[in-house]
Amino acid sequence: MMTFEVTIYVTWKNGVLDPQGAAVTESLHKLGYEGVESVSISKMMQVRLTAEKEEVEAQVTEMCEKLLANPVIEDYTFEIEEVISL
Amino acid sequence: MQLLREPSPEMIQEQKLYTEMGMTDEEFDLVLKELGRLPNYTELGLFSVMWSEHCSYKNSKVLLKKFPVEGERVLQGPGEGAGIIDIDDEQAVVFKIESHNHPSAVEPYEGAATGVGGIIRDVFSMGARPIALMNSLRFGELRNPRVKYIFEGVVAGIAGYGNCIGIPTVGGEIQFDDCYEGNPLVNAMCVGLIDHKDIQKGQAKGIGNPVLYVGASTGRDGIHGATFASEELSEDSEAKRPAVQVGDPFMEKLLIEACLVAIKHPKLVGIQDMGAAGLTSSSAEMASKAGSGITMNLDHVPQREKGMTPYEMMLSESQERMLLVVEKGSEQEFIDIFEHWGLKAAIVGEVTDDHRLTLLHNGETVADVPVDALAEEAPVYHKPSKEPAYFKEFQAQEYRPKVENYSETLKTLLQQPTIASKEWVYEQYDHMVRTSTVVAPGSDAAVVRIRGTKKALAMTTDCNSRFIYLDPYEGGKLAVAEAARNIVASGAEPLGLTDCLNYGSPDKPEIFWQLERSTDGLSEACRELGTPVVGGNVSLYNETSKGAIYPTPVIGMVGLIHDTNHITTQAVKQAGDLVYFLGEVTPAFAGTELQKLQEGRIFGKAPVVDLKLEKKRHTEILDAIHKETTASVHDVSEGGFAASLTEKLFGTGLGAEVTLPSEDTLAASFSEGNANYIITVPAEKQEMFEEIITEAVLIGKVTEQPTLRINEKSGANLITESVASLEELWRGAIACAVKSKG
Amino acid sequence: MKFAVIMFPGSNCDLDMFHAIQDGIGEEVSYVWHNDTNLDEYDGVLLPGGFSYGDYLRAGAIAHFSPIMEAVKKAAAEGKPVLGVCNGFQVLLESGLLPGAMRRNENLHFICKNAALQVENTETMFTRSYAPGQEVIIPVAHGEGNYYCDEKTLAALKENNQIAFTYKQNQNGSVADIAGITNEAGNVLGMMPHPERAMETLLGSEDGKKLFESIVKEWKDKHAITT
Repeated sequence: MMTFEVTIYVTWKNGVLDPQGAAVTESLHKLGYEGVESVSISKMMQVRLTAEKEEVEAQVTEMCEKLLANPVIEDYTFEIEEVISL
Repeated sequence: MQLLREPSPEMIQEQKLYTEMGMTDEEFDLVLKELGRLPNYTELGLFSVMWSEHCSYKNSKVLLKKFPVEGERVLQGPGEGAGIIDIDDEQAVVFKIESHNHPSAVEPYEGAATGVGGIIRDVFSMGARPIALMNSLRFGELRNPRVKYIFEGVVAGIAGYGNCIGIPTVGGEIQFDDCYEGNPLVNAMCVGLIDHKDIQKGQAKGIGNPVLYVGASTGRDGIHGATFASEELSEDSEAKRPAVQVGDPFMEKLLIEACLVAIKHPKLVGIQDMGAAGLTSSSAEMASKAGSGITMNLDHVPQREKGMTPYEMMLSESQERMLLVVEKGSEQEFIDIFEHWGLKAAIVGEVTDDHRLTLLHNGETVADVPVDALAEEAPVYHKPSKEPAYFKEFQAQEYRPKVENYSETLKTLLQQPTIASKEWVYEQYDHMVRTSTVVAPGSDAAVVRIRGTKKALAMTTDCNSRFIYLDPYEGGKLAVAEAARNIVASGAEPLGLTDCLNYGSPDKPEIFWQLERSTDGLSEACRELGTPVVGGNVSLYNETSKGAIYPTPVIGMVGLIHDTNHITTQAVKQAGDLVYFLGEVTPAFAGTELQKLQEGRIFGKAPVVDLKLEKKRHTEILDAIHKETTASVHDVSEGGFAASLTEKLFGTGLGAEVTLPSEDTLAASFSEGNANYIITVPAEKQEMFEEIITEAVLIGKVTEQPTLRINEKSGANLITESVASLEELWRGAIACAVKSKG
Repeated sequence: MKFAVIMFPGSNCDLDMFHAIQDGIGEEVSYVWHNDTNLDEYDGVLLPGGFSYGDYLRAGAIAHFSPIMEAVKKAAAEGKPVLGVCNGFQVLLESGLLPGAMRRNENLHFICKNAALQVENTETMFTRSYAPGQEVIIPVAHGEGNYYCDEKTLAALKENNQIAFTYKQNQNGSVADIAGITNEAGNVLGMMPHPERAMETLLGSEDGKKLFESIVKEWKDKHAITT
């Protein structure tokens, strides 16, 4: 068993309007950043877990599918890092 | 490791480190005297928060004593979490208002949200079910981007907390003025309902009884919040950001439900919330009130972060925590109640007979101080008071504005944020949850019915700080009178009030004078109008480098409606109803919205309040309402008669045609501050109504056609406007100001 | 008829739903805690509004793993009426009993006000007492009521007559002005507006009453046939 630090990004699916992103885009325009084409606000989650190395990816995928992301409107990606304890 | 970072008792004394905790040399000497030795860092921390203005009222105590706190219906006056007033049938209403000004200035969303959370805990810790929230807010002018940010954040924070926890935010008031620019006011009020038999007190009785800690874990947030609230805001305030706590309304929702179950348990001895000064104030106050002591082992306090020191644990203002004392042997029963709701409960100490607060940490005694010294023996100051130069000047000034176009003036007034519709705000508040809100935000007072009875409660928050600035004494009277007018206009008998006294620095004699004079005015009005003060809060040092805020003693008043059939609103009801004016037309323009509009500032002599007349009006109006002769009642406030009459038409699809009751057209249209009302009466009730209120003057009729027509006394038309177009201006003004660039 | 009002930690319209049944239409009703696992004794299931689990992560996301949800799914499969209002609707979406998802309101603000709704379908067991095309006033109170589904799902909703209510004025940005939808079988209704808040004229509207009356009428008709 090892400890892992997993960073999960939950983003909006293509084509789903993100009202928060739209509002931020507008206010950036107001502030003079005319070049801003779009803003998308997503969630970043940090999960620390202990598991067998070969099972981590499958476990995290399952967590995302089941709870952390809503497949109707959200996509997810993640990065796994091993925690080296001293 | 941790202890090394804390200065030694000697260092504290030599380097005067207590001044960093907001204590004076004299106060430090007093601590020495109380302890008979030098305090250590933790002990000094306990004294510094307990002796802060926020917890001890050391600067305002001498003034608060003046308030009438007793009455036939008063079951609990000031001193506990919240005041309690009997409403018949073995039921009572529990309510309190509290400020969260400084945290909201630094972090608007969390500052406001935790303000709401704190006041809710004050109410349910008395054993009451919270049934409604109110608030009173002050901001700078909406043209400033920072003000807009604070305004939007505060509103979102109040909504975020109240909506989630499921207590309706049923009303409030908002005013905008430059004096609040860097120092907004966020005063939150909670109203609860209780059966007499369930009333609790925050007492730690019974030697050997265990002390239970329930709710959220303790983190490093909010350390020194109570002293932070008692200092002026400066550029450094932003750097003090860690003093602002983060709220978790979900946790508090669970805490309410669990505590209300625990309160019904016969083995509960005492309960108190951990508000300002957290564990310190709750434990010291519970022991002091019971004449006992408490020993706590801090190792058992649930902690969110590692390596917390006793100082940090005792001063943490982490939210959503309560302290309970229960009968020995019943611990597990209480732990089970909290576990059902998914909450942790930990035994952290026990009640002792030594009148001391003793703290253990890692097997050592880290603090040992007399509880009464903390809770009761804070120094009391009577600060020097001096009449400010402006007052004399104002008293001698006569002011009369010039108005050429009455229609345009009315339109401009309706768009002033202080008068304009607050719909943009209250649509963000769930004001309907618990399905008992009969009168939603937007009328004079909010009304919440009491399920299972014919009764309802009316509630309002009020304070026109402009008048108090002009003349603290008359303005103070007016604040109470205005609140009572709103309560009466809704058909309720005023029961009592809670106050939130927001002022500048009492160290300045001119500010202390404002405090002194206005509390004189408030006290007198409370006495004359029969509305005792059953609790409240003081917030001083509301200043920035630009100066102090206007003195703003916000009144939160509650009234009882015996029969829901008597609930009355400000809106006109049907075409053909008669419009009456009740009151006096006197030219009073100092401190009016119109003066501010035309002169850009306020000055002059404030209107004088005749409390005897005020009381007579209340009696007559209630009589008229109870005999069912009225269709609508509205008091004349900001913007004067013209604005108030117009407000009565909004949302109704109706119009009105009236003739001003005085030849002084200007005063009849726009003066403010008098005990004036506009009442509509169904035509068939004319005779009955006129017999009850003989002084009311018939001035016109409600019309089918949605047009506002105001004629001069001579008969000449003064204003003719479509109600719909006025309403559009009034409704859209705040949203428009928020959205506009700049 | 006997109703269950499901209480999740953080539900806050449970009381309102309870009184709507008990005082509003005079039927039997009990609270059922989220840790329970059986709803067999109930004829109808009500998921109230509120902020289950603080609406943390996504509204309704955590509640759908509560033990009671298996029983709710079973009741739905058995054809019992299942009504989710506001947060209850969000839970039904998250648990897959209804298609689609919720986003934050377009203006990013919580909206609480009386809303005019169009009854789109009076054939359902929840709407049969309304007149076809009837306009009703039912309050909304939500921060995440911006209904989303893809075009294919929307086409299916329309095809199967699953859209029960639409907003006369779309305040939150919902696809096709959708305020409430049913499942294909028609026995599960999710809606953002709160019919339980529209039961008394004292509080402003009693247009929600017909919804609960419809459920009872349907149940009584069915019961009369089978017994």
